Order: sequence, then structure tokens, then C-alpha cells
Amino acid sequence: MSVVALENKNLRTAALAFIVACGMLALGFASVPLYRIFCQVTGFAGTTQRATAEEAAGVKATAMQMSVRFDANTAPDVPWTFKPEQVTETVQIGERAIAFFIAKNNSDQPVTGQASYNVEPEQTAPFFNKVQCFCFTQQILQPGQEVRMPVIYYVDPAILEDENSKGVEQITLSYTFHKLEEPSS
Amino acid sequence: MATTADTFQAHADDHHHDADHKPGFFARWFMSTNHKDIGTLYLIFAICAGIIGGAISGIMREELREPGIQILGTVAAFLNGGEVNFDEQLHLWNVLITAHGLIMVFFMVMPAMIGGFGNWFVPLMIGAPDMAFPRMNNISFWLTVAGFCSLMISTFMPGGTGMGAGTGWTVYAPLATSGSAGPAVDFAIFSLHLAGAASIMGAINFITTIFNMRAPGMTLHKMPLFVWSVLVTAFLLLLALPVLAAAITMLLTDRNFGTTFFDPAGGGDPILYQHLFWFFGHPEVYIMILPGFGMISQIVSTFSRKPIFGYLGMAYAMVAIGVVGFIVWAHHMYTVGLDVNTKMYFTAATMVIAVPTGIKIFSWIATMWGGSLEFKSPMVWSMGFIFLFTVGGVTGVVLANGGIDDNLHDTYYVVAHFHYVLSLGAVTSLFAGFYYWFPKMSGRMHSELLSHIHFWIFFVGVNLIFFPMHFLGLQGMPRRYPDYTAAYTHWNELATIGYAVMAISMVVFFVNIIYAFVAGKKAEGNYWGEGANTLEWTLTSPPPFHQFETLPVIEDKGHH
Repeated sequence: MSVVALENKNLRTAALAFIVACGMLALGFASVPLYRIFCQVTGFAGTTQRATAEEAAGVKATAMQMSVRFDANTAPDVPWTFKPEQVTETVQIGERAIAFFIAKNNSDQPVTGQASYNVEPEQTAPFFNKVQCFCFTQQILQPGQEVRMPVIYYVDPAILEDENSKGVEQITLSYTFHKLEEPSS
Repeated sequence: MATTADTFQAHADDHHHDADHKPGFFARWFMSTNHKDIGTLYLIFAICAGIIGGAISGIMREELREPGIQILGTVAAFLNGGEVNFDEQLHLWNVLITAHGLIMVFFMVMPAMIGGFGNWFVPLMIGAPDMAFPRMNNISFWLTVAGFCSLMISTFMPGGTGMGAGTGWTVYAPLATSGSAGPAVDFAIFSLHLAGAASIMGAINFITTIFNMRAPGMTLHKMPLFVWSVLVTAFLLLLALPVLAAAITMLLTDRNFGTTFFDPAGGGDPILYQHLFWFFGHPEVYIMILPGFGMISQIVSTFSRKPIFGYLGMAYAMVAIGVVGFIVWAHHMYTVGLDVNTKMYFTAATMVIAVPTGIKIFSWIATMWGGSLEFKSPMVWSMGFIFLFTVGGVTGVVLANGGIDDNLHDTYYVVAHFHYVLSLGAVTSLFAGFYYWFPKMSGRMHSELLSHIHFWIFFVGVNLIFFPMHFLGLQGMPRRYPDYTAAYTHWNELATIGYAVMAISMVVFFVNIIYAFVAGKKAEGNYWGEGANTLEWTLTSPPPFHQFETLPVIEDKGHH
């Protein structure tokens, strides 16, 4: 092979390898949205599901019961008191239920918060559906303001068929409020 | 491997005398485009970095000799130029473990294996005049040096609690983001960027060289196994390092530009960082060991005077290890809350790796079986490698189990495991390769006696350091703490004594190198005799500055 031909061949190989490296770099960044979608779809890492009111209405309540425990936290920089109105609640599986959380802004500044959430044990996440939740939107609390915030949810009866959720008697639903520096819209 | 010496014997004689014309000192060593010179630079750099990384582990072993805080205060006061408070002393511990890990992985093992031996011997073994892109080769080396400087600078920058980056080599968020104010972690991340870019360029260079520049007649299936190992390693680098680059770039923007990729406050997830890191991190451990596998294959074959047993199986075992290495990453993070099915998958996939690894171990043994064995120093080091790596592999199978790992995660059992495969595995293979090729590179024979003494002291020392750590881990001693309860004292004392023994062996190593240059016999072209039949042995020792201007032709001997 002539020197020029070899050089061209080398450049082609190197260009291909470089493209592969760039592709992996792009995949690295793409993993952020992909991971989020993956969690939302599969309930991975305790990501709860979202359901519409119609979907919830179509679910039949069963005779089986499930205890739900509520857990509320704030990030260190959020000057709120945030707690569930009820610590646990026993619901019929498939039945639509409502729980209330109370948040109070103890500071003299308006604070915008956004709640992150998951459930434990994690394998129950695909079956834990929220119809309405204060975590779907940002919450703005004026100085001293106290609000009562609802969560409408149901546990999908499919959980009774799930091998990994056998023996689960209680699901803990946990929220953490984080501060949003610049509330968007 | 039908690349026999006789097809190309006496090659050096018919070289044009221009082949040995060397540029002046500065141009030769600072602007080098010669693969052998760059390989030498990499090896010198790796030895220097190894001394620093090894000295750091000496500080850590001395601190762990007995319970309580002994020397951290003195070391911290020395580094800071004045007394420091207790938290800063403890932070120094985190800085030490971080620096030790990063230096040993990125600036000792990788430069030595891939940059050093890879650069030196891949072109020689495939009969190429040089690497495909000699200038890019030069950039790779100096970027690695720049990365090392950046890491060293980070040690003297504020890192939150004290001076330096105390994040562990994994740089997990949120400790590395909101947990470490100050520029130290930025410098450490930048150091990884530089080392990563250098390695990606090196990988592209190796892939191109190996695919396009093999001597006529050398098909892929006739390549020496060391070249195979570097080829697989280069692919692992090419696929894994960009993912690390993406992850640490996101860390940087999380730290400095208010993004929330790994911050739950903005909808991010710190666990995602762990997934990304280990998607890189697991292939990385094979990057560190595969070239060692390649070297051991050459050495065992040479000193058994037999072709390697199951050549194709050996080559494709490395390919299999490389492929499967990409789909087992979550076994490093069993305790983050993976569900049972995920754990089951990662346990099974991880254990599958024991199959190709077992093929390699048994093929080395089968190569020795019935061979005309000669226990020269590289062979002794290789057999030490096979034993130590197997011990590390066995504990790896234990740790692969999600259930057991719940107990052993982040204990000294894990420390023992990965030092058996890396510190004792990869480093032992580096010494094996060093004694195998040092006379070829330098033209001077080392002392076989000193090499054997080096091996035995090193072997005793490192086993004394790391074997007791299995017991400590099983008894529950956690990693990454400078202090422990008195119950762990005994085994820790023993490990510290082991460190001293190992340090003595390193003195023997350096005495041996000095001996070689001062009083070593001149090395012949093929000083290991007829067992050594790859192309580098057809050249003089050291090889001419430019080799293979007429390409060697590999005849088909119809055997491997």
C-alpha cells in the first residue's frame, strides 16, 4: 500500500473511531432524559405513576387492604413546616383515596417550593397512581401562609398479582420540598 | 502466532544507517513523535506517579497502624504550612484516598500498560514502523502529564472542609457538588477530563495502527495476544471514557453553573451519576487488567517454549470480557436500592465474566503443562500474577452476589478484592512485562538475582498488606475511615508491616534498574532464546530508532 493510501485509510479509521467516541459522549448526556423516562415508565427508583380521573374511575375497588404511610421533609434551606395531616391511612386496594399535607411558611419572605417524591418499597411504584398532587406544580407560600394540600391516589389492584410485591402490607409515600430560586412562569 | 523470528532474522544488519539518526535531546524527548521514545516517557512518568501514589498509601498505612489519629495532624500541618483543626485533618484522609485512587488508576497503571508497553511493543509486534498518528501520540502523553499536574494542584486548593479534593476517586454527587465548595474538586475533574481526552486519542491511535498497519501476512488471527489485548482495551477506552467525560462535565456544570443534573432540588437524581460513573468504571477495571493479560500470555508462552494454549480462545475471551464488562456496572451499587430482579440480573451477568476469565487462567496453566519451563524473572512474576489474580477473582465472585454484597459493600473485603486484582494483579503483570522487555528497551540486562529477590519480597509484602483485609472486611471494618475500633488493631498492624516489606522490594527494583544501566551486560537481540518468537525479538536491543522500513513478511506456518 502506498504511503498516501495508508494515510487516507488511517484517517478514515480514526474518523470512524472519533465518531464512535462522540456518539458515546452524546449518549452520556442523553442518559439524563432517558433515565427520567425510564424511571417514569417502569417505576424504577420508586417513581410513582400518574393517572387521569377517568382512568381512576375505571378501576374497581377490591376487598384487600393496604396501609399507606405519609412522610414529609423539607430541604435544609426551605423555611417551612411541612407535615402530613395523617401519618397512616388504610385504604381498599383500587379505591380512590385522598390525603392532606400541611405546609406553613415560617419566614418573612415568599418562598416557592417544588416537591420531589417516591415510594418505598420501590417495587410498588408501578402500582401507586396519583390522580392529583401538589407535587405536580410549584407551590408559592407567602410569609406566614399556611396551606392544606391534597393528594388523590389509588393503589392499582394489579399489585395483588405482582410477584415482587407479595407480602407488602404498607407503602410509604415520601415528599421532600426543595426551594426554587427563580420560579418559572 | 506464526510470527517466527527466522523469517526476519538479522534484520538489523540490513538497516540503512539513517535509521538510527536521533534528534537532539530537547526535540527527542519533549517533541517526540517516536513510539518508542513516547513509550519510554510514559513508563518514566508512570514510575514517578507510582512513587507518589505509593507514598500516599504509605501515609495511609501508617495512620491505620493503630486506632486513633496518629500522623494525619502532622501531615496536614506540613501540607498547609501550619496547624489545622481536626475536621481538616480528617478531610486530609479523604484527599489521600482520592489522590491514591486517581493517581494509581489514571496516572500509573493506565500510562504504564497502554502508554508505556502498548506504545513500545504494539508497533514492534505487528511489524509497523511507528504508530498511525505519531503527533497525536505526543499530544496524548503531554495531556496525561497536564492532567497529573492539575490533580496535584487540586491538593493545594480549598476543597470545602480543608485543602484538596476529598471526594473519593468516584467523585459521587452530592459530596462532589454541594458537599465540596472551592476549586479543588474542579481541578480534580479537569484532571480527569485531560487524562480522559489523552486516553481517547491514544485509543483511536491504537485502533488505527492495529487495523491498518500490520505487516503483510499478519492477519488478525495471527496477531500476538498482547496486541489483541491492547486492541480490546482501546475499544473499551473509546466506548467508556466519553461516558465519564459526560458525567463529570455535568458534575462541573452542577457545581458552577447552577444545573441540577444530579440534584433532586431541580429534578435530578444523584443515583444517575453513579450509574454513569460505573458504566465507565467497570470497563475501566478491565482496561487496567487486559493489557496485563496480554503480557502474561506472551511471557508464559515464551518461557514454556510453546505457543499459547488455545490462542483463539484466549483472544476471544478478552473480547468477551470486554463486551460483558459493559453490562455489569450496577454490581458496584447494589446498596442504592435496586429491586430484586435488577440485582439478580447484575449478579448473574457479573458471574458470567468468571467464564472467559477462567478460560484465560486455565489456558495459561495448560500452556505451562508439558512445556519446557524456564523460571526466569518474567516467568516467576507471571506465575505470581496468575495466583494473585485468581485469589482476587474468587473474592470477586463472592462480591458479585447482591445479597452478600449488602453486607460487604464498602468494607475492607472490597478493598482486599480490588487490590488483589489491581495492585497485586495489574502491578505484578507490569513488573513481569518490565523484566521481560526492559533489556529490549534499554539494551542492558537487569540482574536476574535481584529480580527474583524483588519478586519474593514484593509477593510476601503485598500479601501481608491485603490478605488480612479480607478478615477485617468480614468483621465489618468500613472503608474510607482513618480510625477504627481497637478490635481491628491486630490485622491492621500486620498490613502496615506488609507495607514496609513491600517498600523494601521497591528499593530492590530501583537498585536493579541502576545496576542494569551501570553494570548490566549488553542485551542481545533475542536474549530469552527460542521461546521468544514475536517480531520485537528480530530486532536489536534496543531496536533501531526507526524500525521496519522494509516491512517484515509473515509466512503462514499453519499453526498458532
